[in-house]
Amino acid sequence: MNDMKKILGLLLSSLLLVSCHTDNTKRNFEYFPDMYHPVGYETYQAVPFLPNGTAAGLPAPHTIARGHIPYELDNTIDGKLASRNLTNPVVDFNEEAAASGKALYDAYCATCHGTKGDGQGTLVQREKILGVPSYADAARDITVGSTYHVIYYGINAMGSYASQLSEDERWLVANYVMQLKQELTK
Amino acid sequence: MKKVICLRSISRIFSLLFMSMSLSFSAVMAQEAPAEDVQKGKQLFNQNCAACHALNRKMTGPALAGVVAKYDGDKEWLYAWIKNSQSLIKSGDARALAIYNEYNQTQMTAFPLLSNSDIDAILAYTDAPEPAPAAPAAVATAEAGAPAASGISNEVILGALVVVFGLLLMMLVFVRRILTRIAQVNGIYTEEAKTEIPSFWKYFSNNPFLVFVTVVFLLLFSAYQVYGYLMQVGVDQGYAPIQPIHFSHKIHAGDNKIECTYCHSSARTSKHSGVPSLNICMNCHKSIYEYKGNPEGPSAADIAEGYTNEFYTGEIKKLYQAVGWDEETQSYTGESKPVEWVRIHKLPDFAYFNHAQHVTVAGVACQTCHGPVEEMEIAYQYSPLTMGWCIDCHRATEVDVKGNEYYASIHKALSEKYGVEKLTAAQMGGLECGKCHY
Repeated sequence: MNDMKKILGLLLSSLLLVSCHTDNTKRNFEYFPDMYHPVGYETYQAVPFLPNGTAAGLPAPHTIARGHIPYELDNTIDGKLASRNLTNPVVDFNEEAAASGKALYDAYCATCHGTKGDGQGTLVQREKILGVPSYADAARDITVGSTYHVIYYGINAMGSYASQLSEDERWLVANYVMQLKQELTK
Repeated sequence: MKKVICLRSISRIFSLLFMSMSLSFSAVMAQEAPAEDVQKGKQLFNQNCAACHALNRKMTGPALAGVVAKYDGDKEWLYAWIKNSQSLIKSGDARALAIYNEYNQTQMTAFPLLSNSDIDAILAYTDAPEPAPAAPAAVATAEAGAPAASGISNEVILGALVVVFGLLLMMLVFVRRILTRIAQVNGIYTEEAKTEIPSFWKYFSNNPFLVFVTVVFLLLFSAYQVYGYLMQVGVDQGYAPIQPIHFSHKIHAGDNKIECTYCHSSARTSKHSGVPSLNICMNCHKSIYEYKGNPEGPSAADIAEGYTNEFYTGEIKKLYQAVGWDEETQSYTGESKPVEWVRIHKLPDFAYFNHAQHVTVAGVACQTCHGPVEEMEIAYQYSPLTMGWCIDCHRATEVDVKGNEYYASIHKALSEKYGVEKLTAAQMGGLECGKCHY
């Protein structure tokens, strides 16, 4: 009988060992944590001596990233007016460019502006965000430059998309918006 | 008892509904604005004005409820302002300048295409008292009342059942005791005959073969258990930490169909799929200040979990606090504090992984590795993220080499070497140690 108890005990303890990791709000433990964790700071790691206490931060002021061209117009009424006449760097908006413009537009803009640009995106149809204008709106009469300007700074309830789209991508989207406007006003 | 509660709550709902309806009717009658005008006005308002104006709430522009009374019923002035506010401002109109300066000289879009009757309809809508707040309140109390009532009665029923079973058990014990006593008194009672049961244990221990087989099986079983235990060390599959703000991927990516890359935009271009900074939340939450949910309201399961509309609205307020957004003035206070999101997916430092290579180059859907995120109320790690799991996918995934003419000759040579039409990631070097470990 004693042996039986021992065997049962062994079985139970092995089960206990296996069932150790059940709380899924905690991380499991690791072999050799030294090899798991980097010596340097990781992207979003908390670093006490850095501004905001995190490794994620804005570039130092007055520095320009390699290949980055600063946008010179201000977020003012005059700046917006001036943006209407910006030169469009995408000279050849061919099919390939239109396809990548569409992919970006569908991810970043269509949720409000609709895939056709008529202001009937999912969020508008579900009445979460209202009053999204159509690109064909005559009073606004958007140009490729003013579209770029608005993507860069945002306007009224729309936020800036400069952190999500690079300069080239913003111009691709602006050109695609013009294509949508043309289709809407046809 | 349950019926009484039900009847009472139903009658309460009806009386509330009736009251709110009669109230709104009388209000509408008092304003004498035809209902179809209000309806048309609402449509026009939602299309043209709602981006910047709400009825009872300051947004980019002022709240518009009672705007006609604010300007003493001067509709001519309102027509002029709505059609072209800038020309009014330039003409030096005192009221125009006052409102323009009050809102930090934000330029209102001109609406030259709205006719006077359109504007009349919009103004009728802004003047119409909103019947909405009364009716949903009644529905809400009814919703809140009904489950609570049924919950109490369920508990009561269960409790009563427990008591009844306890009584039955006690009665049985008593009956048995009395019966045995009677039997003893009458001399019928005898000790239960103890028959010798053939001991399974004795039979077992006397059979060496059986013992041997059992021991082998037990050893194998425990070896398997130990192996399984050791293999899951360092694997965080199913890890679902509690986040500082309850962010529901189900609502954002599922219900509202927002693309993954909308928030995790760096997954397209960088090694990391970034955690969105709060300005990206504010792209939408500048306008969406409360959670209204689905038209049919929260499901019973959601309410049971505590995921009510008020709960979600509270989480949006946490966002406002973190990003420093003042709802009163509709502006940033400049006092922000970072949200300490808890990282879920974490590869060990000795393994290199690049999101852009998988998302943009290979075109792998996010769900392939991250699972049905659009159904996750609480985000969790779907895949084991072990090396074996990576390798399995690299062995099975065929690479689309189309449009990559620069490497055409290499692709051709590799295809010939392996004798296959379509190369897998593994055949293109996806199994080499140095690809991920260096």
